[in-house]
Amino acid sequence: MTGSPLTTPVVFLLGPVPVTLPVVVTWGLMAAMALGSALAARRLRVERPGPVQTVLELVVETLRRQIAETMQTDATPFLPLLGTLFLYLAIANLSGLVPGLKAPTASLETAAALALVVLLSSQALGIRRRGLWAYLKGFAHPTPLLLPLNLLSELTRAFSLSIRLFGNVMSGEFVIAIVLSLAGLFVPVPLMALELLLGLVQAYIFTVLAAVFIGGAVGTIERG
Amino acid sequence: MDVHGISILGAALAVSVGAIGPALAEGRAVAAAMEAIARQPEAANTLSRTLFVGLAMIETMAIYCLVIALLLLFANPFA
Repeated sequence: MTGSPLTTPVVFLLGPVPVTLPVVVTWGLMAAMALGSALAARRLRVERPGPVQTVLELVVETLRRQIAETMQTDATPFLPLLGTLFLYLAIANLSGLVPGLKAPTASLETAAALALVVLLSSQALGIRRRGLWAYLKGFAHPTPLLLPLNLLSELTRAFSLSIRLFGNVMSGEFVIAIVLSLAGLFVPVPLMALELLLGLVQAYIFTVLAAVFIGGAVGTIERG
Repeated sequence: MDVHGISILGAALAVSVGAIGPALAEGRAVAAAMEAIARQPEAANTLSRTLFVGLAMIETMAIYCLVIALLLLFANPFA
């Protein structure tokens, strides 16, 4: 049968530090994304754009429009963070379908790190946009009595963000592995097709929720 | 029955009971969204985005139960 989904396999030791499979896959994806973006953005032109530039513009414009609709403000300051988050999550969730690879988001550590990025950047952006005192006063919003609950909800939101991503991606891979060990070679193919859809939906949901949290922190939409 | 048997029972119970509530809630949410889209097809974009976020929120409850079940099966603190 399959091993525990809560542990991560160690690939090699870097001195005393064990390097696990999700770390290797993440660095591989980061290198591939950075290289691909650098190559695709090498020759950008205003007149007569090439096919690669057209696809790139379509992706960036769709992301910008979705973020702007969600946050109900200009998306330009948030596009680098949220756009990178979406592209990375989409590629990372789908990388689990490549034979021999395991989606890095199917391990709790990756999902927790991403949620931590969202939590800290929403605090930082909120403080930078509204000023420290006004931002802190937002926590005591309806009455100061709700201050502990507001602080708690800030933490549980990040927690549930990471558990949601981890649970969905990991359970999909786990079900495929169980079906594969019970039944034949081609039986899990429909499940893998479903996983293709679910990976993209989870990337979308994570990004939209991150946009909602950041929008609540900078004050463009109601704190959810 | 030893701790392992009780843990397996607990895991099955967590997932099966924990799936009922979110399933009912998601059904109601999707039904309401379908009705709203049928009434006002031009608002389908906003509605489906809100629906997705809401479904993710509801689904988290079932995922919590799944994580509890996995903890019981693979990282049991009492076994």
